[in-house]
Amino acid sequence: MLSVIEPTNSWYLILAAVLFGIGAFGVMVRRNPLVMFMCIELMLNAVNLTFVTLATALADINGQVVVFFVMVVAAAEVVVGLGIIVAIMRRRNGITADDLSALKG
Amino acid sequence: MELFVFVVAALMVLGGALGVITRSNPVHAALSLVLTLFGIAVMFVSHDAQFLAAVQVIVYAGAIVVLFLFVIMLLGVDRTEDVNIEPITVQRPLALIVGAGVMGIVIAAIVASQDLLSRRGDGLNPTTLESTDANIRQLAREIFGNNVFAFELTSVLLLVAVVGTVLMARRVKTNGAGK
Repeated sequence: MLSVIEPTNSWYLILAAVLFGIGAFGVMVRRNPLVMFMCIELMLNAVNLTFVTLATALADINGQVVVFFVMVVAAAEVVVGLGIIVAIMRRRNGITADDLSALKG
Repeated sequence: MELFVFVVAALMVLGGALGVITRSNPVHAALSLVLTLFGIAVMFVSHDAQFLAAVQVIVYAGAIVVLFLFVIMLLGVDRTEDVNIEPITVQRPLALIVGAGVMGIVIAAIVASQDLLSRRGDGLNPTTLESTDANIRQLAREIFGNNVFAFELTSVLLLVAVVGTVLMARRVKTNGAGK
């Protein structure tokens, strides 16, 4: 009965679009820099899901290759971003993005 | 069966994503992020991307979220943030409009091209392809064949990131001057 309806590729793409929208909303609303980073991870994962879905739809492995590189760059980005956050937090106690609006130390 | 898997994974993804943006405690947000990442990994498996699903669990859920939790604990910011105060009055409605707008545009584009996308193609399942290589072998042929230069560049990127982070996190010796 349930196996009559099969999820098509559009379902996955729409889910990825919803996930991207949630992540974008979170980046704009939340003020804790760590949570903003997590929302960026959500957006990256939405794009990864889109790439993998289209790799299946077009029978092209290059979609998965791109996801591999995105994961590497995301790992590097998180390391650098968290390093910056730790360096800033060590100097001051403010934990919201509003307190970080000036670049001077 | 596939519908069941999709529904469960979609609920994991969306529940986790909503948890990330609504939980006021950063630790809870990080754990919700783990839920989302596992849901994405399940979807990777259902799209014949087994290697990427494993990497997703190991790198994202295993390394990146642990790094997040480590920084949260290190900085001691795991106290609850009051999410009800709104520093800029129109920020949330505007963010909602922009987020929903992006979502709506992308969904409209997907629906407009539905006849192209709705068929679930032959996909990358090795049993249906003419080359019967497994997923990881197809991926390796592509990465170490056509994209080997980009692969080497990622090693440079990781090296630069590690050196830069060490340099940033280093405690600067104070010789009376500076600071």
